[in-house]
Amino acid sequence: MNTLKFDIGQDGVALIALDLPDRPVNVFTPELVADLEQAVERVLGEASIKGAVLTSAKPVFLAGADLKALVSAYDQGIDATTASQRFARENALFRRIETGGKPFAAAINGLALGGGLEICLACHHRVLSDDPKVRVGLPEVTVGLLPAGGGTQRLPRLIGIEAALPLLLDGTSLKPQQALALGVVDELASPEQVITSAKAWVLANPDARQSWDVKGFQVPGGAGPLAPHAPRTFRDGTAILKSKTQGNYPAPLAILSAVYEGTQTTLDVALRVESKYFGTLLANPVARNLMRTLFINKSAADKLERRPRGVAPQPVRKLGVLGAGMMGAGIAYVAAQAGVEVILLDASQENAEKGKAYSANLVKKGLERGQIGQEQADALLTRIRPSTDYALLDGCDLVVEAVFESRAVKAEVIARAENQLPGHATFCSNTSTLPITGLAEYAQRPAQFIGMHFFSPVERMPLVEIIVGRQTSQETIARALDFVAQLKKTPIVVNDSPGFYTSRIFCSFIDEGMAMLAEGISPALIENAARLGGMATGPLAVTDEVSLDLQLKVATQAAEDGLEEKFRRLHALPVIERFNQLGRLGRKSGGGFYEFPQGGKKHLWTGLSGLYPLKAEQPEVEEVRNRLLYIQALESARCVEEGVIDHPVDADLGSILGIGFPSWSGGALSFIDTVGLPAFVAECERLAEQHGPRFAPSPWLRERAARNETFYASA
Amino acid sequence: MNDAFIYDHVRTPRGRSRADGALHEITPIQLTTQTLAALRDRSALDTSLVEDVIMGCVMPIGEQGCNIARVAALQAGYAQTVAGFQLNRFCASGLEAVNLAAARVMAGELDGVIGGGVECMSRVAIASDGGACYSDPQTNWQTWYIPQGIGADLIATLDGYSREDVDAFAVESQRRAGQAAAAGHFERSLTPVRDILGDIVLRHDEAVRPATTLADLAKLKPAFTALGEQSGFDGVMLQRYPQVERIEHIHTGGNSSSIVDGAAAVLIGNREFGERIGLKPRARIRAFVSLGSEPAIMLTGPAAATRKALRNAGMQVGDIDLFEVNEAFASVVMRFMNELEVPHDKVNVNGGAIAMGHPLGATGAMILGTLLDELERRDLRTGLITLCAAAGMATATIIERV
Repeated sequence: MNTLKFDIGQDGVALIALDLPDRPVNVFTPELVADLEQAVERVLGEASIKGAVLTSAKPVFLAGADLKALVSAYDQGIDATTASQRFARENALFRRIETGGKPFAAAINGLALGGGLEICLACHHRVLSDDPKVRVGLPEVTVGLLPAGGGTQRLPRLIGIEAALPLLLDGTSLKPQQALALGVVDELASPEQVITSAKAWVLANPDARQSWDVKGFQVPGGAGPLAPHAPRTFRDGTAILKSKTQGNYPAPLAILSAVYEGTQTTLDVALRVESKYFGTLLANPVARNLMRTLFINKSAADKLERRPRGVAPQPVRKLGVLGAGMMGAGIAYVAAQAGVEVILLDASQENAEKGKAYSANLVKKGLERGQIGQEQADALLTRIRPSTDYALLDGCDLVVEAVFESRAVKAEVIARAENQLPGHATFCSNTSTLPITGLAEYAQRPAQFIGMHFFSPVERMPLVEIIVGRQTSQETIARALDFVAQLKKTPIVVNDSPGFYTSRIFCSFIDEGMAMLAEGISPALIENAARLGGMATGPLAVTDEVSLDLQLKVATQAAEDGLEEKFRRLHALPVIERFNQLGRLGRKSGGGFYEFPQGGKKHLWTGLSGLYPLKAEQPEVEEVRNRLLYIQALESARCVEEGVIDHPVDADLGSILGIGFPSWSGGALSFIDTVGLPAFVAECERLAEQHGPRFAPSPWLRERAARNETFYASA
Repeated sequence: MNDAFIYDHVRTPRGRSRADGALHEITPIQLTTQTLAALRDRSALDTSLVEDVIMGCVMPIGEQGCNIARVAALQAGYAQTVAGFQLNRFCASGLEAVNLAAARVMAGELDGVIGGGVECMSRVAIASDGGACYSDPQTNWQTWYIPQGIGADLIATLDGYSREDVDAFAVESQRRAGQAAAAGHFERSLTPVRDILGDIVLRHDEAVRPATTLADLAKLKPAFTALGEQSGFDGVMLQRYPQVERIEHIHTGGNSSSIVDGAAAVLIGNREFGERIGLKPRARIRAFVSLGSEPAIMLTGPAAATRKALRNAGMQVGDIDLFEVNEAFASVVMRFMNELEVPHDKVNVNGGAIAMGHPLGATGAMILGTLLDELERRDLRTGLITLCAAAGMATATIIERV
């Protein structure tokens, strides 16, 4: 028994302590299950053993299943029937624990998630450490799966369907007090007392049985269609899920169904129902996409997997932010939050102070919500020094410029800053449109110049796009990545090109929306189709947020810079120009494609139908959806072809975290892998025939399609 | 094929479905039993000549369960040879029961049969059966279950009916119902409902408010805003109707059918049956049809059902003298009139369910009788009855006086 420690105490209670060798955290592995089986049988088989306490020898109790193993199961083509048997052995073990005839108590001394909590639910009693950092929960829904170790069945039987559903459907983690209040655990104990309390319970309850194995058991609050809560939980509950997921995420419905169907029968039948729904999810690409992009690859990106090796880490202690507008102010806030001293510069002291006020406002909200303490708040604000004096940049390890998007302005601040900066300082530009290589020409040390594109609002958006210019050094890339990690944000690394990656993809999305508007497609249909595809917001709504004058500026700049036609947004330009002429620039001007009535909900501007009369024949919603999603995916493939994107994960994370591309797809390139490249290319060809050459796949992509090549190698 | 004739029709008055409603103390079995007894007693009907009783009932559970048709026939003292069963075509059940009765006569299976319906909504609440269409998440999801009121609101959004439009329709329904009741147009078919002492508890439709004004209705809050916005149903509906930006919630308790208790029965048979029971045929059932329509809105089937019934009968819309289109919601009837270009003065001339109420399983049989009475009163010849039904269905029947 290599993965756990087994001891029999003087009191006759066995202590099973999970302790996987060579892993920092316990997860379910075949070895662990085999060892547990042996341990449980020993407890049940030896007359002198009165019962058992299950705990962990590590700080984390058990973090659940191994997601990489589940991704490879999908990639190896697992079918739903086979997938439904995936945790059969675990479930048999859990059932043996609860029906074997001896009391089992869980001493949950640390984080217990997913299968980690499920094995505790199969114990007759749960004692949780009252360490405020400990969490328990069933987060499977967030990776497109369901708790397949009885979680959808035991939890509602324990605490009632109405209380269990939010935990199962949102994947919420509970703090110890919450877990106790909901009845997920039976008692709290200090970290030192967890095992003692569990043992005491085992000794006091020799005849322990699960309530659901006692004849006449009823689910608390009732089960089935006639339960008083059914109109809320199942009727409205289904609509809420369908409305929220737009039908793109199968897991919530599978969970709701497993609960609905399973709680009306015996636990053994219920576990079978649960495992079948699980089978459908594991065999569905959505779970693979979510696990691969948002957990495995995101976690690797957060750990700076792409950081050039051999560069010694050197944290940023002092940061310079040039430009105290919305972006600069946000960057100053997140840096100060991470403990970095910030010099926030602007042309006037008043503007600089205004930039600091942004942080003061956020801090105030945090205090009101009890998210931070007064001391922490004061310290954060003390770290930000607003000024007009470039001399204060002396000693800065890193500078982010977030000034007006004009080469002349940027050239000036780069020169002024470099005069004050120490030689080792990294210079980052937060430009979203001007090529980095060109801006680096204004710098004395172009090798230390790099693009660092934050998203608005900075404190909420998790992504930072690092743009490598032609002369950017490996060391500078490492420094920039270290700083992103310091801010606890997720970096992607892309190469320099107009619009870099995210802005380019974003433009392809909103431009397609505007082009459709000009064609006479119903604006409501355009917006709804985007949401149906899984986009967070419709293209017209989001254009109103980022404003139409900015779009005109970008397009004009592209023309002035003599960029290739594909970068000049010609199919959207007539709409952009028209709305600029009308002065309808978006939310900031009081109206764009939408009206923003005071105190009311925004709605599409009624004047749209006058400007762009509806075509008599409207397309199917699928056609509109495909135009909006395929153009982004195709543009992402072009970024791979042109060398803007070196690794598909950068496009996937960038598209989801940066611009709201649907996570069910796993990102813009995983989207293509999910559709299948040959089918994707065929659809692009059809779209090109109907809507123009911007949809035409390149020979490079066609060749890949002919070889049925995927962007990701199968695991 | 034999002809199927209508020989007689009775209905109870409709009682408000509330604790203080006049019929709330009357059990569903009592209500059905009294209706069947009344049908027998009006013409001293020899019940041994009746072969089956078909009752529509949308919530056939609890005290309304266990085949209320057969059991009520027994309790009413009908001959033991009279079979009985209950059917559920949702809101069109009462009319479907009549149609099925007619079909079996036409096919030669039966000579005489009763079709009708019952719903005690105050005692067995709507949607209390826990059916899969709303309760089972898979079914709810796959078959686009959306509460009907939201469908009614969407019809109004799609067709451009304003709150004032639907309220005006409701005011007219109330006015017509009040006027018809005052003039005694419903008397021929109404049978009073009695309590266990034999005393009359209700003689006339209880829910009608003839004096209702536009200003009264304007005060009512839309009934389906919360369901639509908070319970996710608007979002689901927009997945089905993505050309719509948002659903305008304009239906209220005042321009939707009211919830009531009631029962009805129609005596149907072939020509020989009439001779045997000594009654003259009042009308021939000329054509009938049920069909499915878009399930998310649920309410758009009446026009299609009407077209199909007309085609089966070899008739045109213009051949129909009077229509009864169930007023589930104002927008349902407004769309019907628009779609088939039928003037309002031919539709629901004595008001409808907005004023008098809609006892789900009974309504179809009730409005068939109301229409026949009105055709006779006006000495007109043909009438068409149609109702929308849940899950996207509709039933229509054409009758003609003989």
